Amino acid sequence: MAKTLYDKLWDDHLVAENSDGSALIYIDRQLLHEVTSPQAFEGLKIAGRQPRRLEANLATPDHNVPTTNKERQQGIDGIEDPISLIQVKTLDENCDEFGVTQFNIDDIRQGIVHVVGPEQGYTLPGLTMVCGDSHTATHGAFGAMAFGVGTSEVEHVLATQCLRQKKMKNMLVKVDGNLGYGVTAKDVVLAVIGEIGTAGGNGHAIEFAGTAIESLSMEGRMTICNMAIEAGARVGLVAVDDKTIEYVKGRPFAPQGEHWDLAVKAWNDLHSDADAHFDTVVELKAEDIAPQVTWGTSPEMVKPVTGTIPNPAHEDNPVKKEGIERALEYMDLKADSAISSIPVDKVFIGSCTNSRIEDMREAAEVAKGRKVAASVKLAMVVPGSGLVKEQAEAEGLDKIFVDAGFEWREPGCSMCLAMNADRLESGEHCASTSNRNFEGRQGQGGRTHLVSPAMAAAAAVYGHFTDVRDIEISRLSSTENGGDA
Amino acid sequence: MDAFTQHKGLVVPLDRANVDTDAIIPKQFLKSIKRSGFGPNLFDEWRYLDHGEPGMDNSKRPLNPDFVLNFPRYEGASVLLARENFGCGSSREHAPWALEDYGFKAVIAPSYADIFFNNCFKNGILPIVLDNQTMDVLFAEAESQEGYQLSIDLDSQTITRPNGETISFDVEPDRKHSLYNGLDDIGITLQQEASITEYEAARKQRAPWLFG
Repeated sequence: MAKTLYDKLWDDHLVAENSDGSALIYIDRQLLHEVTSPQAFEGLKIAGRQPRRLEANLATPDHNVPTTNKERQQGIDGIEDPISLIQVKTLDENCDEFGVTQFNIDDIRQGIVHVVGPEQGYTLPGLTMVCGDSHTATHGAFGAMAFGVGTSEVEHVLATQCLRQKKMKNMLVKVDGNLGYGVTAKDVVLAVIGEIGTAGGNGHAIEFAGTAIESLSMEGRMTICNMAIEAGARVGLVAVDDKTIEYVKGRPFAPQGEHWDLAVKAWNDLHSDADAHFDTVVELKAEDIAPQVTWGTSPEMVKPVTGTIPNPAHEDNPVKKEGIERALEYMDLKADSAISSIPVDKVFIGSCTNSRIEDMREAAEVAKGRKVAASVKLAMVVPGSGLVKEQAEAEGLDKIFVDAGFEWREPGCSMCLAMNADRLESGEHCASTSNRNFEGRQGQGGRTHLVSPAMAAAAAVYGHFTDVRDIEISRLSSTENGGDA
Repeated sequence: MDAFTQHKGLVVPLDRANVDTDAIIPKQFLKSIKRSGFGPNLFDEWRYLDHGEPGMDNSKRPLNPDFVLNFPRYEGASVLLARENFGCGSSREHAPWALEDYGFKAVIAPSYADIFFNNCFKNGILPIVLDNQTMDVLFAEAESQEGYQLSIDLDSQTITRPNGETISFDVEPDRKHSLYNGLDDIGITLQQEASITEYEAARKQRAPWLFG
């Protein structure tokens, strides 16, 4: 029988099917960070259990770590918030006690778990992978079944290497055609969420396919899968192709020698069969997608930059209507006004959605030779890992940002969720490359607008949202583009 | 985990769709390395007028009188009515920990985000799904009738309204079994140790590169 990619991954990891309809699924690898793991380690200790396979776990602190150079030079002692410090120390202690490999705060390989995993080749095609973080869907860009879990399940995987699961339904999101100039992976996924809604993918694994998805780099595919959860789907997937294999090759945790050949052979089957059945199919034309900006307090509240803010008077559904009214009030925006008229107080380029080297380059292309508008209080660029930072600096991207008036920071989750000191003040509007625009997400009373790195850089320069297609984008020099321009 | 068999309790209606886990428990409270004590900060940004931080004496903070949980008539509520896609966003299990610590035993909504739904069952909270029409009836009753209580029986999968009418709900058999008996999920899985070991050996044959 023809299978989807998700069906194949599910079948390949099925340990047992239970009579009650649940299944026991094997989990190949787990990523750990400081926020959702302490109670899991504590649970193991209380029950006197040990991790089943140590090498199946990799840890790094990311949510709480400070991002200023000054603080980071002091290592763990640079964490000023005593409660954050305890949490990061607890991860150190748990990793030491149980023997889990950790890239700690002083390690150049430290970074956001969802940047570190792929960068290290720890994320591989065909895996099942979990993390106590909903953006674990990111790793599906490699044809892996990756999903976020709660802390009880982090503990469950540590102890048993398995999870009890129900098989999800299959959804295909097909984007065919050519993305226009200035239109990026972020715009594609925001447009998809705008189309199907934040609950549209509930209960489904979404496979992203079509020529527009195939044309994306691995970084772009990660951005798309990362936000599958914002469409309600725990799992996002892209089929394996030559780009996937080329990206993984030679990375520290990637298979080598004979194992590499065996692995590539197995990975070549990681795509949906031609006549596989999907429960739901959504199709978008790449040419119809413009740069996107969220205007409200849910990722589905999104419009093209050329659009206007919706008017609740035109909404019939009372729950939705009230949602729009509440969002407009929280965001302090007027119905029917132009998206491009929204002023920006702060700009955040970073997060597990958009902090990889390609994102840095995309923003640098817009920032190069320009200046951050005087009305913008803070524009910050936070690379996703120490290695992304190192590479960006080798390419001279940090200079482009600093010359333009951006702050160039140390790696971490930063203002995506503002668990560290990077946050919005009440009432501030932020052009952010992160993934959630919920009330208070970036700081109590803060107003988040989700955009691509290029659109965030453009907003920084003009002080309000600007269609990146209308401005000249600088070509980066060969060095600035990693030598492959 | 506490078992859930039957529960009768006061109902509070939270009439908003897409309530995310950032709203249920804001990020600054996730810095705790404990599982308990999140209740006073449940819905913190909606519930209080000031900015909350860990370690504050919450009893001295100004309450938002317009937030439904603060209405005196809903004090002591243990059943939460919600709208579509409740618990969306972050996977933080701190969300059900906060609900449970506050005193909620059950949530009733037309739909939930998958991870939150799953996390509830790990913490003795029963998330019930009812259709929108029935939800509208419950919302109207909870808003109009002071002291409105519902009786929930997991075994028979029914909710009994004050007028004696019952509403049936679905729950997956394995989740029901674990919740009803308050079982330790890890313990259940470890009973299948032989299957796991057998699978692992086969996986090692097929994908030796995953076994260092």
